[in-house]
Amino acid sequence: MSKVNELFNKKLAVVNFGIESFYHDQVHQNNPAVHVDWKPVAGGDKKVAGCLMQLKKPELLEKIEKANQEALQRILSAQPVLAGLSTAGESIPGMTETTILHAGPPVTWERMSGPQKGAVMGGLIYEGLAKDLKEAEELAASGKITFDPCHHHHTVGPMGGIVTYHMPVWRIVNKAFDYEAFCTLNEGLGKVLRFGACDQEVIDRLNRMQNEFYPVYKEALELHGEIDMKVLIAQALQMGDECHNRNKAATSLLLREIATDIYNTHFPKEQQEAAFRFLNDNDHTFLNLSMPVCKATMDPIFDIPYCTLVATMSRNGTDFGIRIAGLGQDEWFTAPAEMVKGLYFPGFSDEDANPDLGDSCITETTGIGGFCMAASPAIVQFVGGQVQDAINYSTQMYEITVGEGNAYKIPSLDFRGSATGIDLMKVIETGIRPIINTGIAHKNYGVGQVGAGLVHPPEDCFKKAVTACAEKWSNG
Amino acid sequence: MKKLEVRKNAYYDSVTLMIISKEVKKLDGVREALVGMGTDLNRDLVVSTGLEVEGFDAVTANDFFIAADCDSEDTFLSVIQKVDELLSKKADKAKSDYYPPTLDGALKIDEHLNMAVISVPGRFAAGVAQECLNHDINVMLFSDNVTVEEEKELKEYAVSKELLMMGPDCGTAVINGVPLAFANVLRRGDIGMACASGTGAQEVSVLIDQLGGGVSQLLGTGGRDLKADIGGIMMKQCLDALIHDDATRVITLVSKPPAAEVMDKILRQAADGGKPTVVCFIGGDPAAVEKYGLTAAVSLEDAAHKAVALSKGETPETFESFSMGLEAAEKMAKEEASKMASGQKYARGLYTGGTVCDEAMKLMIGELKHIYSNIPLSPEDKLEDARNGKSKEHTFLDFGDDEFTVGRPHPMIDPSLRAERVVQEAEDREVAVIQVDCVIGLGSHEDPAEELSQSIRKAKEIAAKDGRYLSVVAEILGTDADPQGKAASGKKLEDAGAIVLPSNAQATRFTQLILKNL
Repeated sequence: MSKVNELFNKKLAVVNFGIESFYHDQVHQNNPAVHVDWKPVAGGDKKVAGCLMQLKKPELLEKIEKANQEALQRILSAQPVLAGLSTAGESIPGMTETTILHAGPPVTWERMSGPQKGAVMGGLIYEGLAKDLKEAEELAASGKITFDPCHHHHTVGPMGGIVTYHMPVWRIVNKAFDYEAFCTLNEGLGKVLRFGACDQEVIDRLNRMQNEFYPVYKEALELHGEIDMKVLIAQALQMGDECHNRNKAATSLLLREIATDIYNTHFPKEQQEAAFRFLNDNDHTFLNLSMPVCKATMDPIFDIPYCTLVATMSRNGTDFGIRIAGLGQDEWFTAPAEMVKGLYFPGFSDEDANPDLGDSCITETTGIGGFCMAASPAIVQFVGGQVQDAINYSTQMYEITVGEGNAYKIPSLDFRGSATGIDLMKVIETGIRPIINTGIAHKNYGVGQVGAGLVHPPEDCFKKAVTACAEKWSNG
Repeated sequence: MKKLEVRKNAYYDSVTLMIISKEVKKLDGVREALVGMGTDLNRDLVVSTGLEVEGFDAVTANDFFIAADCDSEDTFLSVIQKVDELLSKKADKAKSDYYPPTLDGALKIDEHLNMAVISVPGRFAAGVAQECLNHDINVMLFSDNVTVEEEKELKEYAVSKELLMMGPDCGTAVINGVPLAFANVLRRGDIGMACASGTGAQEVSVLIDQLGGGVSQLLGTGGRDLKADIGGIMMKQCLDALIHDDATRVITLVSKPPAAEVMDKILRQAADGGKPTVVCFIGGDPAAVEKYGLTAAVSLEDAAHKAVALSKGETPETFESFSMGLEAAEKMAKEEASKMASGQKYARGLYTGGTVCDEAMKLMIGELKHIYSNIPLSPEDKLEDARNGKSKEHTFLDFGDDEFTVGRPHPMIDPSLRAERVVQEAEDREVAVIQVDCVIGLGSHEDPAEELSQSIRKAKEIAAKDGRYLSVVAEILGTDADPQGKAASGKKLEDAGAIVLPSNAQATRFTQLILKNL
């Protein structure tokens, strides 16, 4: 019997591309049907589509698929632990007293966004390198300060992401690869350095963090010993966090681990209490831990030849940059950062907003954050969405990833592992960009956070990256 | 004035409250408003936005508060009302389905997908179709603007894998009783159809249904399949499937007259297949079919009559009359003609279906010298700028042709341009009859008869005001099982004063009768 005659004896199951009403007609008749939200490859950009075709030639594709599987295994086998604290100067590779690390891809002082500039000036005053904003601005522009991305130094920073020599940092170690990553302590909400606030209140808080709180945490963790962060994040995802914009549960879990150790340090009770409160009063404490956990998880995939996975996504408030595992750590593919679509605090509107900012989307790169929105329905209301939208966002991300998390699981998707390992080729093919949920900084320094919402990396980052892959790999 | 309401120990999550703050600020008379829990952050915001009033100090992080600067007490009451309304609001939208972006994603949802309906822009369509065929999925390609080379390559590949590759420009198919794209809900039966035209296939299938017959499969090939370039690759494949289908006892082929060498190949195959076969080559020569021992049809309607007769084991007889009887039709036509003013002498056909428009012209042309059209029977009758220009003498327009669909959906989905034209034609003093089709079924507009009936009323009013009478002759192309319902749609047009005939052929013959009586 021919296959057409076999079809006549089967239940028809329709896949519809194009006019959506043809799909609804099937649904109304109770026939099995799936509608494909079809878009032309690379939005119809023939040159980019051609690059994708080159990468998909069987011989090369085989190498790419093998490399991507290797990378996925490295991501899934990560064993990130919180190993302790130190200061930036003590442990971040390449750190000097006149180095300022910042979020995002490389950027000059002149091109820096308002909030990042504010944070740099605050950082210089905090370090005692400048006595006021005017002096700080002159120093920043003088060429005497070395600006470099956090990402070049085993480090990540939320929003402005400013890290200076004396700042205390969390130290994460991915034990499977003996790989370290660092991140400052989260300052809390409101007027804080990472959103570009830099007045005396901000400097005073940074000083208290360094002098009063940091010694307590350092000793407490020495008493406690390392903490398995993968397990902790996995638990938080079951408790309504996605560990980028919602860190309530993870922060609580962290405190449960170290509360008695803080109590057992040799510091006076008042100092212990103040240190405890500082972590406890801030729902975002854990953000500065989930970020270096993700950094330590992702960096080991660099330099796997032919790997098309996105190893880094990051923004400095001016540009959005991505790095591709197989092209190495030095090549950033950048495009102007987009505006965040979201909800503003009373008194602010999108006119006040700075473009997308910060290293925090390392969480999405690793498969949590926006990729786990279905685990954290409270987040989706930022864009006036519904629970189903959160589920759809998370579900959609499986279309652009090569695997699923083995520890990070989403209850509302029947505990399906979160979409893990963003494949550049799939992003180009489907036109689906990674979903990021994020805070919104005021465009002027000194103001702080004005809202939160959803954003994507610019399409051009991926187009440039796939072009580079095709150029580098398709001739041998 | 600044106002404050505090609710002790009431918790709402902050995002909900941010949304509510935003909504409340839109109310008239509200300058600034903040709805939130009394956290430090929110307390600071109250101060910085100037909403602080006496009593605010007592608000704690466990308290819910509404603070507003508004023009009156009443406004503040409306603020509170709005807040409560929004707090208790339930999600009202239905859960939206998840749409995967690729075929791979779709196959993860349902691995048994076996039929693709593709209506993406033509330049991308071949790629999508190819991918489906690669996955052993049969294809119905609705898109047009696919090149002949692409079509041929796709069809040859499909045949090599024994798959259907219906189209490009295939608008109608019914597989296993499931209507795809523009198709009707049909009774299932033993008549298998293979068609190279969309509305032609619909017309024959709904008339089979109306005559008590049923359809086993309705397969489409796309309009170009029987031209020499493609050589009937898919018609051959469809015919072969119907010949080998146990549920099919009678076969019906519908197409414009094919290229001679293709015709011979197809008709030979049909004859060798051994099943009774009706062939409707619209406007073609019956003798060319009959010499193969097959049954030729003179119209789409006649094809349905003959197929049903064969299905019932009866001898097929040519049907060229009226369901109501010739005498009754002549009487009714005479009545229509008698109401008209002198100088009314032309017919205007305004069609949403291309094949039925073509059929109407072919049935009518015998007694007339010219029928002007955007899809003319002969090139000299081409009506230039049909969309914006005026009709001329006898004019039949296909609103589904490219000229009318630039920047618009197909008229079967959006019939408004045709509806406007009905009214426009009524202004022409020389028009006697407006003939229309009304295509219902899946894919079509949810109620095309409604808009059309309004236009018919307007058209008739315009003529009446001018001392004329305008006759509107219509056919409902559909079945009673269709969502819009054939009877219900017909009644709408009749209530508007149209004369509704059971087929396109009868509607055309009725128009001829009216013209004859003028």
